[in-house]
Amino acid sequence: MAQATDQRTATTTFREAIRTALREEMERDDGVFLMGEDVGDYGGVFEVTQGLADEFGEERVRDTPISEAGFVGAGVGAAATGMRPVVEVMFSDFLGVSAEQMLNQMAKMRYMFGGKTDMGITIRTTEGGGMGAASQHSGTLHTWFAHFPGIKAVAPATPEAAKGLLKSAIRSDDPVMFFEDKMIYEREGEMPTDADFTLPIGEASVEREGEDVTVVATQRLVGESLSLADELEGDVSVEVVDPRSLYPLDTDAIVESVEKTGRLVVADESPLSYGTHAEVVARVVESGFFSLDAPPQRVGVPDTHIPFSPPLEDEVLPQAADVRTAIDRVV
Amino acid sequence: MSVLDRGPREQIQVLDEAGELVGDPPSLSDDELVAIYREMKLARHFDARAVSLQRQGRMGTYPPMSGQEAAQVGSAFALDEADWLFPSYREHAATHVHGVPLERTLLYWMGHESGNRMPDEANVFTIAVPIATQIPHATGAAWAATLRGDRHAFLCYFGDGATSEGDFHEGLNFAGVFDTPTVFFCNNNQWAISVPRERQTASETIAQKAEAYGFDGVQVDGMDPLAVYRVTREAVAKARDPDADESRPTLVEAVQYRFGAHTTADDPSVYRSQEEVEEWRGKDPIPRLETYLRETGRLDDERVDAIQASIEEEVSAAVDTAEGERRPHPEEMFSQVFADLPDRLREQLEDLERLRDRYGDERFLKE
Ligand SMILES: Cc1ncc(C[n+]2csc(CCOP(=O)(O)OP(=O)(O)O)c2C)c(N)n1
Ligand SMILES: [Mg+2]
Repeated sequence: MAQATDQRTATTTFREAIRTALREEMERDDGVFLMGEDVGDYGGVFEVTQGLADEFGEERVRDTPISEAGFVGAGVGAAATGMRPVVEVMFSDFLGVSAEQMLNQMAKMRYMFGGKTDMGITIRTTEGGGMGAASQHSGTLHTWFAHFPGIKAVAPATPEAAKGLLKSAIRSDDPVMFFEDKMIYEREGEMPTDADFTLPIGEASVEREGEDVTVVATQRLVGESLSLADELEGDVSVEVVDPRSLYPLDTDAIVESVEKTGRLVVADESPLSYGTHAEVVARVVESGFFSLDAPPQRVGVPDTHIPFSPPLEDEVLPQAADVRTAIDRVV
Repeated sequence: MSVLDRGPREQIQVLDEAGELVGDPPSLSDDELVAIYREMKLARHFDARAVSLQRQGRMGTYPPMSGQEAAQVGSAFALDEADWLFPSYREHAATHVHGVPLERTLLYWMGHESGNRMPDEANVFTIAVPIATQIPHATGAAWAATLRGDRHAFLCYFGDGATSEGDFHEGLNFAGVFDTPTVFFCNNNQWAISVPRERQTASETIAQKAEAYGFDGVQVDGMDPLAVYRVTREAVAKARDPDADESRPTLVEAVQYRFGAHTTADDPSVYRSQEEVEEWRGKDPIPRLETYLRETGRLDDERVDAIQASIEEEVSAAVDTAEGERRPHPEEMFSQVFADLPDRLREQLEDLERLRDRYGDERFLKE
């Protein structure tokens, strides 16, 4: 639910929405600063921070050494002493390099300080396959972080969600992992232009209403599921729910949808075992078991790596067709 | 000439092992000198009490610090109140000097959640148990201060073993590139649990590693409180306000020895000889400073006795306070994870509360 008073919107890309959120928050709060590899003059390998170093100076938009543990750790130190660092980790595949700093420090700092310290750090990182970038630059790791106590994890699918959630992430006193699907940077949509517009972390969005089946989709798969729903119009009525944040997860919105449709498909690009899909299904089973008319279905990446070979990569990545197959199985 | 210009291979000393002045003493008033002595005595006594509390089952595993008093007290004394201190798990004396009450440290090692909470008025970071993890934090906090325009120094402690970790390299490299006001203080106590210093690094000194990061490294006799104070004071001053040709960060290697076990869970006789321990006991920082202060007329029997009585009383009072702390409430386990409690966590807390209401706490406690 948008909190803006000014209702105007502009058509913009996912990338520009993220950049707008960064710019607005840096203007709003001197404590916000950016750091990461190549984020300065160069503007980031996905061009998200382009122009910001010019606007805010290279101190506040700072290139770091290639040092994930170093700059994530530095962000933790800065956040614990009252700043709001936004740290870019170029590819989520490299989050493991800074695992100690994220999982043992960032996530637990408030707790280890006896509740006394705020940890207003935001980690922006990219995920997803589809670019022919091979297995070490194509992973979808958000489940790790949604699983780990003390961290909030968001994964927007639209320019509106990207702007609203990133602004909330930066203003949050908790650490937030902000996952950017690199395949949707060019995706266009309406974005509220009001600088006060934010979206609460932990609220799902019903992107399309339907009667027959609920598709809980994330990131790129939200767009694909919406197109599929259009295609199936008149045949199957599909409701598309985008959780937008993975932790906290809006169980109520998902269960409410399944209570209406009686059927559930979960589409997320993470590997299928022990993952985000399982959590969504489990929560529906816990709270809405008796409204289920068919076994819930999962659409994701098989338990393998993303291949370099383009035809194999296509094969492995979940697409609209896979969501379609899953729907066919339950309707 | 600044002692920081001596290069990383020469060990700086002010008081020799017999308590004779062999270098330029730092400018400290008589009261300050006696205060340093008192803090070291307090630390030694606190340490002995803490170990015995652990042995009696009144406290959890505890990492002793006897032998390391000069390095901790001398360095922490060199900070101003607004400066920040980043401790590892062994810095009981350093944190006390910088404003953390003894009972807080006891509560921490007794396993009370309230022991985690540093007092508001003390600029002391949370205790780091994972090795070297606090090094990038200190660098980042120092960088944040630079962005805010604050002029404070950030003193970060870690052990000799910590210098082998990636976080050490990343934190120091980052500090060099960003020119952050950080003083990296290595308590080289010769051992990382059972692994000796020579098996951590083939470097001749730890201080020389600073050369690779483009800032000063200095080695100091870590059992000489006056040398430690002097080196740290200069490093802190340079961090805050360097000359045009100086970089802000410094790596200090304080050469010392832990007389006791790594923690109360270990037996050092398995990996090191009694002769080695005796040799280092000959460098004990406390008699060293006491000799110097007596010979220069700053201490006599009467003052020494009065100090001993007052520290014993202070430690006893801290033990009483810590042992009188209420039992932690289970709610803290949930409420301290996030700034605002997510629904899921609230439901999980409510589940636990229902169980407690139904069965009572005693069912969950082993004691
Ligand atoms: C990342 C990590 N690895 C291993 C350990 C287990 N561990 C605890 S203390 C210690 C030795 C540390 O030695 P040193 O850095 O010299 O510090 P000291 O204990 O001597 O003060 C080890 C290996 C740990 N706490 N953290
Ligand atoms: Mg050691």
